[in-house]
Amino acid sequence: MFKVFDVAASGMSAQNQRLNLVASNMANADAVSSSMDQTYRSRQPFFRTLENQFNPEDPTVGVKMAGVVESQAPLVQEYSPNHPMANADGYIFRPNVNIVEEMANMISASRSYQSNIEVVNSAKAMATKTLQMGKG
Amino acid sequence: MNIDNFMGIHEQALRVRDYRSELLAANLANADTPGYKARDIDFKQILSQEAGQQQGLATTHQRHIPLSQGTVSTNQVGYRIPEQPSLDGNTVNTEREQVEFASNSLRYQASLEFVNGKIKGLLRSFKGQ
Repeated sequence: MFKVFDVAASGMSAQNQRLNLVASNMANADAVSSSMDQTYRSRQPFFRTLENQFNPEDPTVGVKMAGVVESQAPLVQEYSPNHPMANADGYIFRPNVNIVEEMANMISASRSYQSNIEVVNSAKAMATKTLQMGKG
Repeated sequence: MNIDNFMGIHEQALRVRDYRSELLAANLANADTPGYKARDIDFKQILSQEAGQQQGLATTHQRHIPLSQGTVSTNQVGYRIPEQPSLDGNTVNTEREQVEFASNSLRYQASLEFVNGKIKGLLRSFKGQ
């Protein structure tokens, strides 16, 4: 019974970290800079199942955020010689954050977070009822 | 009356339902994990097997170890057939898992009600009312 809580908590934690990355991407979407390597790049999480290290066969596994990758999509280069951040050639660079994609990620993350919460609530109701077994 | 069999099938049912809720929770937690394959058990098959074990397999020697009940072995856990292929190889259909989880937890509570009813009846017979 208590494993359900661990599994759902791992899901909530992973989705929360994903939401943090979405927030970071959105917040930096307009951070222009004057050189390619200083420009913010969109950060994307990747998930992996959290295997039971004592029993790799165990199918009741949680999830974890295994790491973050920077998007390799090309940065947006813009010719804007009057911009204060423009480089010697008159170009500024914008991050490769795709706002529409991030919005979709945000909705997906919050939906998945919610479904893990539902699992916790149902498991809690089950556990509470079990504790009251034979009392009524 | 044998007190071991008093709860009927519900004792095993609760254990198998409990295990199934862990599996479904794992499916929901891994809804966004690339390559994760949704798992589930055939509840009916496992329960009938458990019920069979209840009567059979007598221990004839004091050092015989009885088969543990209510434990589902890993090879009994199957994979769900995905309704729609996904590019990252994940086969979790969140809506379906949510419905299965809700129904499973309701059925768990139903079994619990039956057990409670049995206990109530037993207590009443003790009191002789």
